[in-house]
Amino acid sequence: MASLKELRGRIASVKQTQKITSAMKLVAASKLKRAQEQAEAARPFAERMANMLTNLAIGMAGAENAPPLLAGRGQQQVVLMIVATADRGLCGGFNSSIVRGAKRRIAELLAAGKQVKILCVGRKGRDQLRREYGSLIVETMEGVGRTRLTYGEALAIARRVERMFEAGEFDRCEIVYNRFKSAITQILTFHQLIPVEVPAAAEAAGPAEAAAVYEFEPDEESILKELLPRNLAVQIYGALTENAASEQGARMTAMDSATRNAGDMIHRLTLTYNRTRQAQITRELIEIISGAEAL
Amino acid sequence: MADGNRPDKVAFELVAPERVLASELVDMVVCPGADGDFGVLPEHSLLMSLLRPGVIEVYQGSQVTARIFVAGGFAEVNPQGCTVLAEEAMPVAELDAARARQRLQDAKDELGETKEELDRARCEREIAIAEAMLAASGAAAA
Repeated sequence: MASLKELRGRIASVKQTQKITSAMKLVAASKLKRAQEQAEAARPFAERMANMLTNLAIGMAGAENAPPLLAGRGQQQVVLMIVATADRGLCGGFNSSIVRGAKRRIAELLAAGKQVKILCVGRKGRDQLRREYGSLIVETMEGVGRTRLTYGEALAIARRVERMFEAGEFDRCEIVYNRFKSAITQILTFHQLIPVEVPAAAEAAGPAEAAAVYEFEPDEESILKELLPRNLAVQIYGALTENAASEQGARMTAMDSATRNAGDMIHRLTLTYNRTRQAQITRELIEIISGAEAL
Repeated sequence: MADGNRPDKVAFELVAPERVLASELVDMVVCPGADGDFGVLPEHSLLMSLLRPGVIEVYQGSQVTARIFVAGGFAEVNPQGCTVLAEEAMPVAELDAARARQRLQDAKDELGETKEELDRARCEREIAIAEAMLAASGAAAA
């Protein structure tokens, strides 16, 4: 049985920890609200751009000179995985669920005889992938969205990716991140960025429906040439904002249960402490009484 | 042809990646298209256009109610309205000539230093944006 002094020390230390976790929970909650708003604010642009892109893609369907960002290179030998995680831990299973999903996907691709390159956004992803797939990591970006994620940061990543694509370093690009559903639920999501996935409904609609009536100025090709890199940036921005909201949500939930666990622990320790104290008092009394009787 | 509820206003939307900047019903919008400015009135035919860096003018009646600078972007026009996607946009009144000049200088400096194709293209675009900014802010001051 631990001594009273030790127990007191432990209770004090758990109380400190609880204070920290509950503070972290509050901070995460307020950051979550902001991140969620940001993710929502980013949606209209992405939606409208997807809309435009669909119309354009229908117009270009079957065209031989479709840009490679849209149509691909006709081969998919080298795949670039963008693994978007957080820079910081203490957010429950957030990072590991992404990394686990990414590892599974990488193993699949490798088994299919493809070559894989990894671009890590966020330190935690790199830390966890390094041991197994260290040689595949081509680049790591840290500190993205440290204070507040901006479109500019997403744009910088998109430029980097675009440049790699232009240089022929990969044929297909996928991003893996957690889509925000609620503070408790995040959905691991794979999304193909290059070549662009045209929504199936649009393909079904056929070229006759939409593209024929649109007038393009100057022409489809020039618009696509401008639109595709932007689209890439917007998709990355969207994924990162979702990820940021998910991170805060996961952290909030994790810190909430940590605070509760600390509460339980304090309760148990206090019980033991009191029991030990009482036992000691009883023992001392017995010693005094039996000492008095012996006289 | 008349379908009873013909729109008599243009639903104008200006959307930036980080948020929706404007969403209102107006009488006319004039956009700086890549092939020249175009005006959007209600029931405009379907059009998709690139925008060059320049100023979007929003009309209520015959009055210009807003002048917004965009650093390029895309416009999608349909009979109901006009949607502009712009990465960078701000009211002309908030343009700062000094900052635009600085930006122009920076871009020119960078253009002088870089060799890579993509960087050069980006610098040239920056220069075009900064020049358009200067022109717009000059017009606002005059």
